[in-house]
Amino acid sequence: MALDTANTISVRTMNMIQALNSALDVSLAHDPDTLIFGEDVGYFGGVFRVTDKLQEKYGLTRCFDTPISEGGIIATAIGMGAYGLRPVVEIQFADYILPAYDQLVSEAARLRYRSNGQFWAPITVRSPYGGGIFGGQTHSQSPEAIFAHITGLKTVIPSNPYDAKGLLIAAIECDDPVIFLEPKRLYNGPFEGRPDAQVKTWAGHPMAEVPEGRYTVPLGKAATVREGNDVTVLAYGTMVHVALSAIEETGIDAELIDLRSIVPLDIDAIVASVKKTGRCLIVHEASKYAGFGGELSALVQERCFYHLKSAVRRVGGWDTPYPHAFEWDYFPGPSRIVPALRACLED
Amino acid sequence: MLNIPRLQLHVPEPPARPGDPVSFDHIDIPAAGAVRRPDTAAREEDMRDLPYTLIRVLDDEGRAVGPWDPKLDPAVLLKGLRAMLMTRLFDDRMFRAHRQGKTSFYMKSTGEEAIGAAQSLVLGAGDMSFPTYRMSAWLMARDYPLLDMVNQIFSNADDPLHGKQLPILTSARDYGFYSISGNLGSRFGHAVGWAMASAYKGDDKIAIGYVGDGTTAEGGVHEAMTFASVYRAPAILCITNNQWAISSYSGFAGAEATTFAARAIAYGLPGLRVDGNDFLAVWAATQWAADRARTNHGTTVIELFTYRAEGHSTSDDPTKYRPADEASHWPLGDPIARLKQHLIAIGEWDEARHEALVAELTETIRVAVKAGEAVGTLGKSKPDVRHMFEGIFKEPDWRHIEQRNEMGI
Repeated sequence: MALDTANTISVRTMNMIQALNSALDVSLAHDPDTLIFGEDVGYFGGVFRVTDKLQEKYGLTRCFDTPISEGGIIATAIGMGAYGLRPVVEIQFADYILPAYDQLVSEAARLRYRSNGQFWAPITVRSPYGGGIFGGQTHSQSPEAIFAHITGLKTVIPSNPYDAKGLLIAAIECDDPVIFLEPKRLYNGPFEGRPDAQVKTWAGHPMAEVPEGRYTVPLGKAATVREGNDVTVLAYGTMVHVALSAIEETGIDAELIDLRSIVPLDIDAIVASVKKTGRCLIVHEASKYAGFGGELSALVQERCFYHLKSAVRRVGGWDTPYPHAFEWDYFPGPSRIVPALRACLED
Repeated sequence: MLNIPRLQLHVPEPPARPGDPVSFDHIDIPAAGAVRRPDTAAREEDMRDLPYTLIRVLDDEGRAVGPWDPKLDPAVLLKGLRAMLMTRLFDDRMFRAHRQGKTSFYMKSTGEEAIGAAQSLVLGAGDMSFPTYRMSAWLMARDYPLLDMVNQIFSNADDPLHGKQLPILTSARDYGFYSISGNLGSRFGHAVGWAMASAYKGDDKIAIGYVGDGTTAEGGVHEAMTFASVYRAPAILCITNNQWAISSYSGFAGAEATTFAARAIAYGLPGLRVDGNDFLAVWAATQWAADRARTNHGTTVIELFTYRAEGHSTSDDPTKYRPADEASHWPLGDPIARLKQHLIAIGEWDEARHEALVAELTETIRVAVKAGEAVGTLGKSKPDVRHMFEGIFKEPDWRHIEQRNEMGI
């Protein structure tokens, strides 16, 4: 990581909302060409409070509300980006990004390529994603695979406050379009996929100790959350915490890798770990079929085939729309991960 | 740079934020009865004044005046009042139920009850509405079973949607109430397509679609209006302008520059702008548009000018982004109070009967909520989990069969 040591003396416990707010604050202060817009992000500070007080601090034209038009938000961000600004836009829920999909796929992802480098759009699209808040089918989905499939978009998913801030600053400073998916169930605390357990806050978690100033966590570098020898578990976002809890429940000596970004993907870290353990379990919250786990599974098979001692396995959400009343039946919690972990070792 | 003032980025700001004095003086309100009523077969180009005025029937004394007075039978007015009151009282009860943890989410229609109630009664059983989440009054006016509504909101074992959708985002085909989604504007085009299908089949059914002021910014709204115009779809496309989209006032949907009804002009569609808190005006404008649609004169756009008197949902606190007393200053009043005043003015109602009606509806709601609680509230009861895998396709594919087996259900 690149620490700007002059500014990082002060460290404070932050939840993920505060860490993201700090990243935006630092970025607005650092670069006058950075600006924020999206639905309800201005005066109100965002429905999840991620842009709280930024309009007050930086003025009306640097953090402002928009019409309810996801396509319009992304299209104007691309235009601003092409002019030379660095827009950071919010799509209020990732479930609502689809009207902007054409702008992301046909425009943001390809502008640099088709103009042969004459134009590009260094935009960052922040969006809360994932379930666990009884949000029903339009406030719960995990759409990362539909972005990962599009060459030209980077897709970043933090799992803790420290990474969230460092990755968001890196995304903003990146000259390519970045989809930045925020696991909303982790905003206020780590979540282990056990809805009946007492709710945890970030207080006391080592990754909630966040420098006040500017630092970056590079895109495309995975983090080894837990070292182990018997099976590699690949996860990102909310599922990092859920997988860790499942691993601890089994007592299996698993190596847990938090991918942190799925494009660019830290393929070297994945391959090194699977070659060491010989086994691989992939966990994501999105529906399993054609999910990003399918790509990970294929990559592991292609690159580690002769090291594998068992079939690569995937645990994901069921292949249904996100069902409101059945949230915890749908969610791939420890009760589904634990048997999958054991099955990896039994082959 | 040229020797002229530098460009400035304009970002709209509402007239008042928390702590500011409230004023609605900038809103131009013509007198009740002042707006002309064209023939339903009139040419669109001859009524381009209508999107810029405000159709009103009820005056300040509660009298029905002017050419848009639908001259309704008092029994119909009472039916409307009942539906509006039921909606208001039910909303209050369900909002409390959310605070008590009995449901995950709720959205009130407060201040907008005249719209759903009047339009539900104007349109026929074969017509279809494509509602927003602030249209419960439509169902109340058609005597939708209250217990079904409670069970859906509690996501319990008797939820008629089997736990698949958020509370209040319901679906009631037999009541002319199309499935609601949280996505905004995505069903406006469905209303047009449904209307086109009725025309294709040579039927007499029409469709009525809804978006809010904020949602007019979505591309789907403009696509729908284009198709409505091109195919002269027998539809009514309503824009419920309640001034607020969560924390964003209507200026963020373009209201600084023009009216929402005036959007119709660019598509060659008639645009009516109506006092949405006036049950009679909503009725009359909807009847006009329905008659026009049923006689092959195509789609009318109606802006229902109203005010969202409560927060967006149980998830926001409106005092954080607008003055706490703004709702009480709304110059077009409360739709329930205005219809009540009218009924009293024509000698069909009085305070005692009104109080008795409130008591009766409160008791009806209490009984329904109790029955719903007996089935169970959120998390205490839920539909059979096998429903999770049903209705994805008409028949399940192997994934759903395998995953059901994996769950042991």
